[in-house]
Amino acid sequence: MITRTLRENAPATTPAFQISVVPSSISEDWTRRKFITVTGGAIGLLLAFHFTGSSARAATLATATGANGFSPNAFLRIAPDGVVTVVVNHSEMGQGIVTALPMLVAEELDADWSRVRTEFAPVDAAYNHSMFGIQMTGGSTSTWTEYDRLRMAGATARAMLVQAAATQWNAKIEDCRTESGFVIHSSGKRLDYGALADAAAKLTPPEKVPLKDAKDFRLIGRATPRIDSRAKVTGTAQFGMDVRRPDGLVAMVARAPTFGGQVESFDPAAAKAIPGVKAVVQIPTGVAVLAIDTWVAKQARDALAPAIKWKLSPEAHIDTVAQAAHFAELARTPGKAAEATGDVTAALRTAAKTVEADYHFPYLAHAPMEPLNATVELTATGATIWTGTQFQTVDRAQVAGVFGMKPEQVALHTTFLGGGFGRRATPNSDWVVEAAHVAKAARDAGVTVPVKTVWSREDDLAGGFYRPMFHHRLVGGIDASGKVIAWQQTLVGQSFIFGSPFEKAIIKDGIDETSVEGAAHAPYKIPARRVDVHYPALPVTTLWWRSVGHTHTGLAVECFIDELAHAGGRDPLELRRELLPADSRERRVLDLAVEKSGYGKTKLPAGHAHGIAVHESFGSFVAQVAEVSVENGWPRVHRVTAAVDCGTAVNPLTIEAQIQGSIIFALSALFYGEITLKEGRVQQQNFHQYQVLRINEAPKVEVHVIAKGDKMGGIGETGVPPTFPAVLNAIFAATGKRIRSLPLSRASLS
Amino acid sequence: MRRAKYFWLGGAVTVFSGIATLAGLLLSIANAATPSSGAAVDSARSQEAFRQIATVLRNPRCMNCHTATQFPRQGNERRRHDMMVMRGPDGHGAPAMRCLSCHQNINQENGVPGAPNWGLAPLSMAWEGLDDHQLAEMLKDPARNGKRSLEQLHEHMAHDELVGWGWHPGGAREPIAMPRAEFEKLVRDWIDSGAVSPPR
Amino acid sequence: MISLSINGTEHRLDVNPHTPLLWVLRDHLGLTGTKFGCGMALCGACTVHVDGEAVRSCSAPIASVEGKKILTIEGLADAGKPLHPVQQAWIDKDVVQCGYCHSGQIMSAAALLAKRPNPTDADIDEAMSGNICRCGTYERIRAGIHRAAELAAKS
Repeated sequence: MITRTLRENAPATTPAFQISVVPSSISEDWTRRKFITVTGGAIGLLLAFHFTGSSARAATLATATGANGFSPNAFLRIAPDGVVTVVVNHSEMGQGIVTALPMLVAEELDADWSRVRTEFAPVDAAYNHSMFGIQMTGGSTSTWTEYDRLRMAGATARAMLVQAAATQWNAKIEDCRTESGFVIHSSGKRLDYGALADAAAKLTPPEKVPLKDAKDFRLIGRATPRIDSRAKVTGTAQFGMDVRRPDGLVAMVARAPTFGGQVESFDPAAAKAIPGVKAVVQIPTGVAVLAIDTWVAKQARDALAPAIKWKLSPEAHIDTVAQAAHFAELARTPGKAAEATGDVTAALRTAAKTVEADYHFPYLAHAPMEPLNATVELTATGATIWTGTQFQTVDRAQVAGVFGMKPEQVALHTTFLGGGFGRRATPNSDWVVEAAHVAKAARDAGVTVPVKTVWSREDDLAGGFYRPMFHHRLVGGIDASGKVIAWQQTLVGQSFIFGSPFEKAIIKDGIDETSVEGAAHAPYKIPARRVDVHYPALPVTTLWWRSVGHTHTGLAVECFIDELAHAGGRDPLELRRELLPADSRERRVLDLAVEKSGYGKTKLPAGHAHGIAVHESFGSFVAQVAEVSVENGWPRVHRVTAAVDCGTAVNPLTIEAQIQGSIIFALSALFYGEITLKEGRVQQQNFHQYQVLRINEAPKVEVHVIAKGDKMGGIGETGVPPTFPAVLNAIFAATGKRIRSLPLSRASLS
Repeated sequence: MRRAKYFWLGGAVTVFSGIATLAGLLLSIANAATPSSGAAVDSARSQEAFRQIATVLRNPRCMNCHTATQFPRQGNERRRHDMMVMRGPDGHGAPAMRCLSCHQNINQENGVPGAPNWGLAPLSMAWEGLDDHQLAEMLKDPARNGKRSLEQLHEHMAHDELVGWGWHPGGAREPIAMPRAEFEKLVRDWIDSGAVSPPR
Repeated sequence: MISLSINGTEHRLDVNPHTPLLWVLRDHLGLTGTKFGCGMALCGACTVHVDGEAVRSCSAPIASVEGKKILTIEGLADAGKPLHPVQQAWIDKDVVQCGYCHSGQIMSAAALLAKRPNPTDADIDEAMSGNICRCGTYERIRAGIHRAAELAAKS
């Protein structure tokens, strides 16, 4: 077993760039200047970006003048016919930003919402994430980090349109107002934005304009149907998988059966013998087959696979059962401290009762519905990529590196994403770089047409970048009244931040914040708490998986607090209320979920029980009450009542959808999710072995939203963490059985 | 004494006609299971043949579709079929989730099994939980075996394509170990020797 | 040469007859509305209608559908109508999230409603448990089907 730290295991080359910004604090002042340096290694890339209104203005992309309409900044265009196009700089993977972000622009612009169109942004510094300094989507940050910037973009444009109208009418600006795509004078005359576009284009955008008061919002806060529904229900929305280039070929890659394997030799004969195969080429990750259609590519790839000799790494000969046992051993030894409050050892000695628990969490695959893919087309001067990605800047830079180009020579078109969940945000751009290598090797072999490299579901499940396996060992002490006086939590699991471009921003004193978030400095007021962590270095690649560290810390904390409550004869709700600050947002959502679910009040049918959990992540607070029964040894979740405090709800329909979806996503993992390895080989090949929740097991979900103007948080991931413990606590309440090892399909409940 | 003679004669006639009736009754019962060759009933041989036939009937490849439930089963472990696949009103699935939604006329390369007319056997042919005696009785009963005569039953076992799938299940599935030709011979044998059901 | 009737149009194709219908639709005919999710009939993203029945096109070689009426998401709406009731219901109830599974969900739901114009929740479970949604839109799928039943009854 490998016990050296990941630092020693870092890749030999420095990453192409480093992110230096510190994202741990949620910035309230978006106008504060932040210099985010992106420095290059081998490719000498340097991008300096500091965001203020003037910078966004300077980076206008669309045409600004003339008959093409009006584009005062990179985020919107108004055509002479009045259509408003909002350029969306975040990736749409279902979380609804293709609707929410244009709402921010349209609100301040006072646009006619029915005439708003959207397009996904090209890669440009103007579109960099205002906190992370690269163009990317993740961390449930899109809406709140763009909340001010996009509103300002819309407000600025509005001011210019009013100015243009006032000039045309020789009227006073104070006598003009805007509504639904018109500037309206107090006398009644009106001009639509399209008619004013050319004139407005000639004006200088103002530095800053006042934004609306929330009470004047017409769009923000209203339940707004998704802009992309029609395209998606008619099959016309374009995903990466749907891109077809003239004369294009499809490629599939035969990869090593274990992590880190290398091609030693291969015989292409069996693959080439299949009609429709155009090339068989070696690339760093394996051997690619290029063919006239996806099916031929897959047939040929499968025929090729047995004819490849691999150099496999002995370290990769992993057995997850043995690995789990080792993690459990390691968890009994002290790790690096992420929190050391008070004296836990002393406190445990004075405890009236102590409880010990070991929690185990397996590797999880993201398994987005759309398998990974990228289309690469080489031109005389550069390259064009089409893919659904969360990491535009990173991908473009690394593809440029493959071809020895400058990033500006690579155009990356972001399509709709058929699910992301974090898989489409890899710091090494794994599938995109691979596709670039396929195109490069094909070109070297004389095949210069566009190539779409496609992953099968089997490739996806075996392809790594999993939510890491984690082990938590908890020891808790309670006093005679059942109050928690000591909390010791040791975590064991891989970190995917060491050695990545995010290391500087996310590692503090040797602690990967994403691994302990939700456990270290948890909101429960416990006088002595120690949280420490071990980071084993292993060849299985890992990555953020919808709600990242919270996927395991939320469960461990909320289940263990429940265990301590029961051990001390306390009601789990009352113990939580005692330990949470009275004015905390956790208390508020907990109380709302309890009220709406009837927890403790409603008489449930025989065999049904309630379980509760509350957890903050990504700036939002979610409490859930799950109603569960166990029939024939199998749990059934009947209903989940969720209360969410996200500060501001731009689109209530989105909030509800994200909580509903997060709960299903979590339940899939809870009930069935695990990636296991035997002799280094992933055992799950497709959805029959990596099962997920289907409609027949989906509970009824009710979502209640608190949006009272507190600090705004994210919504894409925050519904996930409390789902696991709410259900596990309910199972305990219903059966007296405490399950500490996932998935449930392995547990014995009969 | 003359009266006693007639009495006995009458009694004999009664008994004889009773036997004749009984024989007729037995014959008519056996008509559904009349050995075509006209050979004598060999009870021991027949029962032994059926015991071996039953091992094939209980093979998961057969039993997974001859269920007593509202759903098929799959796998050697005979778990409930994934994805809440149901029997449906006609044994060929629920609306929008028909057997033919996924199962073609032949096994697919992607591992999905197939054969013509894929579907569940009717509940009258449910074999789950039956012992050898009950299985044999069900197979012989036209009211439950799809109105088949013994010859038609033999035809079904020997030549039906969906039945034959059990020997060529495709993918990583375990075929029935006993070759079909041998199975067919056993069925022939059982029928020829009187199609006797093993005792309860 | 294989003849396929898709959305009312005849196509003659010089394609290997073993090719699953899914790839003929997507790669040869450019009908990319039908999606690839698993390749072995487990996820339902590839669902089309063949002679009115929901069929998983990833597992149906084109030889097996020659001479039959194939309908994809692109052709679902009745002639002269912009949307099928299921599609309209999906918009009304804001069902989609990433949307990738929904061509298949809609085709399955349409097949259900054709046989059960007023499906119960149990009918929905039986008809729709073959369609995976990783975004977890099941609650609204259920609402969408009930809404589609209303819309279809009105028209």
